[in-house]
Amino acid sequence: MTEARRQTLLWLAQRASAAVLAVCVTAHLATIFYVAREHLGAAEILDRTRGSWMLAMFYAVFVVAAAVHAPLGVRAICEEWLGWRGRPLDRATLVAAALLLAPGLGAVWAVFA
Amino acid sequence: MSAVVFRRNGWRARSHPAYWAFVTHRLSGLLLTAFLPVHFLVLAQALNGPAALDSVLRWTEQPLVRFVEWTVVALLAIHLIGGLRLLAIEWLPRHGWRNSRRSLAVGAVLLVALGFALALSPEST
Repeated sequence: MTEARRQTLLWLAQRASAAVLAVCVTAHLATIFYVAREHLGAAEILDRTRGSWMLAMFYAVFVVAAAVHAPLGVRAICEEWLGWRGRPLDRATLVAAALLLAPGLGAVWAVFA
Repeated sequence: MSAVVFRRNGWRARSHPAYWAFVTHRLSGLLLTAFLPVHFLVLAQALNGPAALDSVLRWTEQPLVRFVEWTVVALLAIHLIGGLRLLAIEWLPRHGWRNSRRSLAVGAVLLVALGFALALSPEST
């Protein structure tokens, strides 16, 4: 794959995940407002999340989109502000994505199961 | 000579609101990324039952933690609005409403940040 094509694909992944996140973050902000306003405790929150496939699916998509988006954003900062390039940066991006994806899906499971 | 021109252009670029929108978007994204593992760790407490999660939630009721919480929500709103601005610039046809777009972005962030501060306030109980 040429460098230009690779960069285009990374940019596209960043923007596609951004579009998904725009929807997820808006819904998440509304949820945060609701939880704060109703002063919900852990038991009340878990009552609403446990066994809810819809919430679990929504937050799983949210986590996947964030695990794509955030490492690519940090990657761009490393490239442009720190001058990091090449394979080590590719590997660090993948590791960062895994480090967000695994605990993120774990957190979704924790509030669902 | 070229270095002087570059510096002058750099200063001109830095005095442009779009540069500050770019810096704000980057820094808010970086801080949110740093917050994510902490957020996931807190939610994972739910595996140990509601009491474990409640003890963390009670800890977040301290004023300083509340302020950090509010800052994170504000950062999320800032990053969301900044991202929508970028998507609009890159994907929508060009319009002559640049200043309106900026005002809308600042207004939307203020709305979310103030709204959350209000939702957190004891008066809402």
